[in-house]
Amino acid sequence: MAFVPLTADEQQVMLREVGVDSVADLFVDIPEHVRFPQLDVPPPLTEIEVVRKMAALAARNQHIGQLACFVGAGAYNHYIPSVVGHMMGRSEFYTSYTPYQPEMSQGTLQSMFEFQSLIADLFEMDVANSAVYDGPAALAEAVLMALRITRRDRVVLAGSVHPEYRAVVSSYLDGRGVELATSEVELRDSGLEERPIVDLLDDRTACCVVQQPDFFGNIADLGAIAERCREVGALLVYVVAEAISLGLLKTPGAWGADIAVGEGQSLGVSLSFGGPWVGLMACKQEHLRQLPGRIVGATTDQQARRGFVLTLQAREQHIRREKATSNICTSQTLLALGVTVYLSTLGPEGLRQAAALSHKKARAGAERIARLPGYRVLNRGPFFNEFTVLCPTDGAFVRARLLERGIIAGYPLGRDYPGLQNALVLCCTERNTAAEIEQLANGLASCVS
Amino acid sequence: MTEPLLSELSRPGRVGQRFASPEQCRGAVDDLPPELLRGELPLPELGELDVVRHFTHLSTMNHSIDAGFYPLGSCTMKYNPKVDEDVARLPGFAQLHPYQPEESVQGALEVMLELQRLLAEITGFAAVTLQPAAGAQAELCGMLLIRAYHRERGDLKRSKVLIPDSAHGTNPATAAMCGYSTISIPTDSHGNVDLGRLKEIADQETVGLMLTNPNTLGLFEQEILEVTETVHRAGGLVYGDGANLNAILGAVKPADLGFDVLHINTHKTFSTPHGGGGPGCGPVAVRDVLEPYLPKPVVARRPSGELYLDWNRPRSIGKLKGFWGHFGMMVRALTYISLQGGSGLREISEAAVLNANYLRARLSGVYDVPYDRICMHEFVASGRSQRQYGVRTLDIAKRLIDFEIHPPTVYFPLIVEEAIMVEPTEAENKDTLDRFADVMLQIAREAEENPEIIHQAPHNRVVGRLDETTAARRPVLRWARVPAQAASAPAY
Repeated sequence: MAFVPLTADEQQVMLREVGVDSVADLFVDIPEHVRFPQLDVPPPLTEIEVVRKMAALAARNQHIGQLACFVGAGAYNHYIPSVVGHMMGRSEFYTSYTPYQPEMSQGTLQSMFEFQSLIADLFEMDVANSAVYDGPAALAEAVLMALRITRRDRVVLAGSVHPEYRAVVSSYLDGRGVELATSEVELRDSGLEERPIVDLLDDRTACCVVQQPDFFGNIADLGAIAERCREVGALLVYVVAEAISLGLLKTPGAWGADIAVGEGQSLGVSLSFGGPWVGLMACKQEHLRQLPGRIVGATTDQQARRGFVLTLQAREQHIRREKATSNICTSQTLLALGVTVYLSTLGPEGLRQAAALSHKKARAGAERIARLPGYRVLNRGPFFNEFTVLCPTDGAFVRARLLERGIIAGYPLGRDYPGLQNALVLCCTERNTAAEIEQLANGLASCVS
Repeated sequence: MTEPLLSELSRPGRVGQRFASPEQCRGAVDDLPPELLRGELPLPELGELDVVRHFTHLSTMNHSIDAGFYPLGSCTMKYNPKVDEDVARLPGFAQLHPYQPEESVQGALEVMLELQRLLAEITGFAAVTLQPAAGAQAELCGMLLIRAYHRERGDLKRSKVLIPDSAHGTNPATAAMCGYSTISIPTDSHGNVDLGRLKEIADQETVGLMLTNPNTLGLFEQEILEVTETVHRAGGLVYGDGANLNAILGAVKPADLGFDVLHINTHKTFSTPHGGGGPGCGPVAVRDVLEPYLPKPVVARRPSGELYLDWNRPRSIGKLKGFWGHFGMMVRALTYISLQGGSGLREISEAAVLNANYLRARLSGVYDVPYDRICMHEFVASGRSQRQYGVRTLDIAKRLIDFEIHPPTVYFPLIVEEAIMVEPTEAENKDTLDRFADVMLQIAREAEENPEIIHQAPHNRVVGRLDETTAARRPVLRWARVPAQAASAPAY
């Protein structure tokens, strides 16, 4: 399938205009012995053939429309209203680029401004940027931001922060001489317990990172942590991996977060095996100049008409180069548009419902599983839409058995928490039905030998 | 006409989407302590049609590839085949949870493995990671790989990254994120890296060189083999910024030029849509010595033939991104490469280079072209000779908007005064190129005869030139409050 539209005659005319005899003459700067190598790439396929090939690959997967999905762990199977895909599918949005020329990019710019407004309101934070790659990258950027703001060199992470988020922070900090301290998570008779993170905070600490709900689903009172942060002068960095929870829970801003980050996937972005999604990032007004990423501001033209532009660009790499706040250029604009359409379609009523129903179903699931012989729910306090279950046997084994019944039974904790080999984090959303919860319970019961 | 904000369209009590009746939600959260719950939720309240009209109207305010020519240099704004979108939306790809058991996602892992193999073959490298989210994160990945390489050799004194003065801003920003200092290498009079200066500067403190080739002037480095050899002799590695890979697909494998690492922007070279500024996707290809350090997990095949994610990578730099990367973009890139085939890839670079040289030939003489030699997929002109009429490159850019043409990249690279960087891509036909050239020549005439029309451009967009200074001095970054339906606690 060629997408090159030049005819042979046109090529000849163009070559004459350039003043060369052949196209090959345009490549003479390439050393001759490596020029025009053989490529071991199959010959072109027609569109019919490529659709057949890719459909066959897709058919080798079992997708969540075919399975009962009880896995979350940073990726959530919420319902996406049809309107979201239709708006994202408008090619005026998806075939444009970063709005460098505002006069011919007002559609993208206004939607970015609306996205910033929605995220700031959702988080109850002063300002939001127009998104970064994903939740983990947002957290890594937030930690770098806190190091710059405080000029300190120690970072404290809760062990109940998503393991992938912690891993990304660790990679971003490699070689910078920053000390990373992580609170331990232990399995006790009473359930899962995290060692108090306040004990790790000191006057060298740049920031304290907590996740709410945490990786095990727990919702905690963060008042003492916020207070201790203020005492030692550390910033409170608040992670929201499940953004639907903000339809219900007390917000990062209300808890006193200095920087709030999150993953926007829950808000209208398809799972797509892990990406592309959209990282949310907001902060207090006083830290605005250290906030990385694209930011859109409102302004006017000479006729006093309202318009939107990329602004505060003196923070960014194309202006500041090695002195920039980050190297990031992408703002996941198309996914942020999806979030904007999703939130404006749901409104307060729809978002509260999505949150309330997700919680209600998770509670029903946890209560049902808690009654199964051999299973224990490890959450000791309130949880949102995820809960952690100790199985009578290896979590990965349980998962494999339940897949045979068409169920994705949660996330096995063994790789990330060696003491929790038998534990699974299970998740419900508004999409799960009572019948599916019953299937899950029956499947788990069948694993007890 | 401008479009109201969502907050201005909001009417208390309007509902766009419900998931259940209020009765079904009642009591749903009464087990949670009220002190853990939020108060008001000030989101706009709209009907679904309000939402559709709003975003449809906004979309009409955008320029896009589908609407018209987009010769934005360095960005490779080529046509995005529609079938790529259809394929990426197949439920078997779009509706996969990243933590599904591996046995249920064998097709997805196969997509990743096949794309890795193709990218390795096209670039000539031994291994590829698909994890980085975009070009800038891929740069970070590449530099962390280089650091791991030096560290494992006990070569700890290296702290300086060499970067040509024509480089993208991401290169020095990335080096700084890694805690390295940067040294700028000048460009010589032919538009190449100044090899003499490079030889003086490269030493035992050199981490490596970050090099874009073809460079940001659109020129192929004429002494590339000696450049990379110089860095290697000093013990450094050469990082290739693959922003301009579209120029050399099938024409040369970057590994054959002495690069050790190369990042690829699928959203440029392999036509995954730019999405208004993301998502991108930034695979990184490496020489065999760097393979052990690649981010984990890595897609691997068991002797049984089954694919799995290999986390047991003790020398890995770790994780850069949640999950496995921008899988949706990988599906599109594989679809695109499959459509092109090996022969089509070379046709892409040939047409991209011919189109750029044709435009360069048509414009040079009227516009200055500071390094006027055969270019690759793009070239950099200058608006400096139009300055005598009081017209600047910014004005020329704004005047192009009147003709429904997206302006080229302007004022970059920094080493060219009043730069105008034009990248037509292979996707455009000769009629489009001719129209662009005609318009550019007309604007040059207008600069002499009627500069006022250029200064006042654009004339026909929803807004005129915007006050960016005030926007930065007094930032307004969010709307005023949404008239809230419920200042009260949740109803259930």
